[in-house]
Amino acid sequence: MSLKDLKDIPYGKTAIELKNIFLAFGGVKALTDVSFDVKKGEVFAIIGPNGAGKSSMLNVINGFYKPTSGTINFAGTDRGEMEPEFAAKSGIARTFQNIALFKGMSTLDNLMTGRLLKQKQNFLMQALYFGPAEKEEEEHREKVERVIDFLDLQSIRRTPVGSLPYGLQKRVELGRALAMEPEILLLDEPMAGMNVEEKQDMSRFVLTVNNELKTTIVLIEHDMGVVMDISDRIVVLDYGKKIGSGLPNEIRSNKAVIDAYLGVAEDE
Amino acid sequence: MLYKETGQYKSTYKSDHAIFPLIQDKIAFSTLMFIAFLIIPFVINSYWEKAILVPFLIFSLAAIGLNILTGYCGQVSLGTGGFMAVGAFSTYKIMTYFPDLNIMIIILISGLITAAVGILFGLPSLRIKGFYLAVATLASQFFLVWLFNKVPWFYNYSDTGQITVSERLMFGVPVTGATAPPYATYLFCLILVVLLGFAAKNLIRSKMGRSWMAIRDMDIAAEIIGVPPLKTKLSAFAISSFYIGVAGALYFAVFLGAIEVTESFDIMTISFPVLFMIIIGGLGSMLGSFLGAAFIVTLPIGLKFIMVDLVGLSAVTAKHFEITIWGLLMIIFLIVEPHGLARLWSIAKEKLRRWPFPY
Repeated sequence: MSLKDLKDIPYGKTAIELKNIFLAFGGVKALTDVSFDVKKGEVFAIIGPNGAGKSSMLNVINGFYKPTSGTINFAGTDRGEMEPEFAAKSGIARTFQNIALFKGMSTLDNLMTGRLLKQKQNFLMQALYFGPAEKEEEEHREKVERVIDFLDLQSIRRTPVGSLPYGLQKRVELGRALAMEPEILLLDEPMAGMNVEEKQDMSRFVLTVNNELKTTIVLIEHDMGVVMDISDRIVVLDYGKKIGSGLPNEIRSNKAVIDAYLGVAEDE
Repeated sequence: MLYKETGQYKSTYKSDHAIFPLIQDKIAFSTLMFIAFLIIPFVINSYWEKAILVPFLIFSLAAIGLNILTGYCGQVSLGTGGFMAVGAFSTYKIMTYFPDLNIMIIILISGLITAAVGILFGLPSLRIKGFYLAVATLASQFFLVWLFNKVPWFYNYSDTGQITVSERLMFGVPVTGATAPPYATYLFCLILVVLLGFAAKNLIRSKMGRSWMAIRDMDIAAEIIGVPPLKTKLSAFAISSFYIGVAGALYFAVFLGAIEVTESFDIMTISFPVLFMIIIGGLGSMLGSFLGAAFIVTLPIGLKFIMVDLVGLSAVTAKHFEITIWGLLMIIFLIVEPHGLARLWSIAKEKLRRWPFPY
């Protein structure tokens, strides 16, 4: 099971399938019997009220949490336990709800860390910084520069990311995930705390990545306008349970979803 | 104006990745190397060698080592003295068993042995962080010094517990022992520092350095990107200990000649001063390692000159004052410039770029 396998799946076929996922922390049930699948090449949104278990779901997908029971099927192979490193190797990249950038490093270095798995030179060659090692650095720099161009990050290339404004940090974090050239991109609230223009920019980036690079995108977002506009399919979670799934239009008129968001009138 | 970057365009990634991308830095570094290699060896005397230059070079190496671990990888260590002792005793034992081996090779092997010991003591770092790791490394400091003190095999069953270096030649000139001329010991250390310094800088600006910094800044995100935490932390421990081990080997073989472990590798004489060097110099900065080492090595000499030679205090009183002033400076530094001398230098560079027309 490797990056190649996810690559080999034809577009429109199932890339990740989650079957009966349970996740509990002691007595707290974060996820209860959640099943859905993500098709290759689509924009897939996970929505739900606060505390619904959306971020936990992403953490399960990329191996950061181990599900209490249930199976994750990647590209036709079942996977129960796995390390985050393995998910990264099989082509899954992600961003975080609370920005998790390397604050002491420059934008360029942050994006270069996205290339770490693809750099093969051993440490002696790195210490000598000669021949193949130097060439490798330059190749990866070129790849990173393309991401920098795409996301308009040229002017902050050398700035330590800790001193950047929030919106730009979000963008750098997307850049770091893109530098990994992922097959599947997990975005945890990429537009949280942004103004309308920044949200438009971010939506444009997400859609371009999806259209041009054919990257599958799994997205958590609270802005319903954005979610309904850009996603192909949606799954709705509430209190760790799946309460609905389908096309944006179906979700819009789903009774259980409306109740979860707006509250249910007590039966008389 | 003095430090003008304008007009220095880079058209290749190679030139953009250079260690000294600016022409001013290149000139400054070449001048420094010219003075260090072609002028100082001809004018050096035994005072400059023993009091300033050789200790400066050796502690620079130790500071680079600790900076890799603490400054770049974010793992606090108080075990520097213990690891330097491993380097020193490895050199001593290898010298005894292989009298014909070249001293340069002996010192590098000692570094490798220290790296192995470093990996061993780095194992807890996967589970513990920050202060707790500092305490764990403190244990390594005390354990290693105790070990070299209590097991007579390490000091070849000598009555005093001291280990003494014997004379070794490099290109026909003795570099260790009492007869080694000042220029030889100085050049020997200088070559090692320059080579290992470049190697460290190269590691830091390539994949390995970025993995270390990723672990330092946000270990969870690093893990999700595909940086294996244990392997990365252990590699930092290994490479850091290699540098510290080489520094310890030089400290014993080239600088002191004869040592007694509890005295020479005590926490107060090695571990804390080296930690202060990287804090004062600048955590996560190569330049900072050198500046910090220079500062800590020359400070007592400067203070003694002022207090004894200029003011006329007695040497004993001056010594007491020295410790007080040292502590005071440390506090002032931490408050005023927590990022160290390297940051001061980058601020100065920024000022020089605009001088004499600041805006």
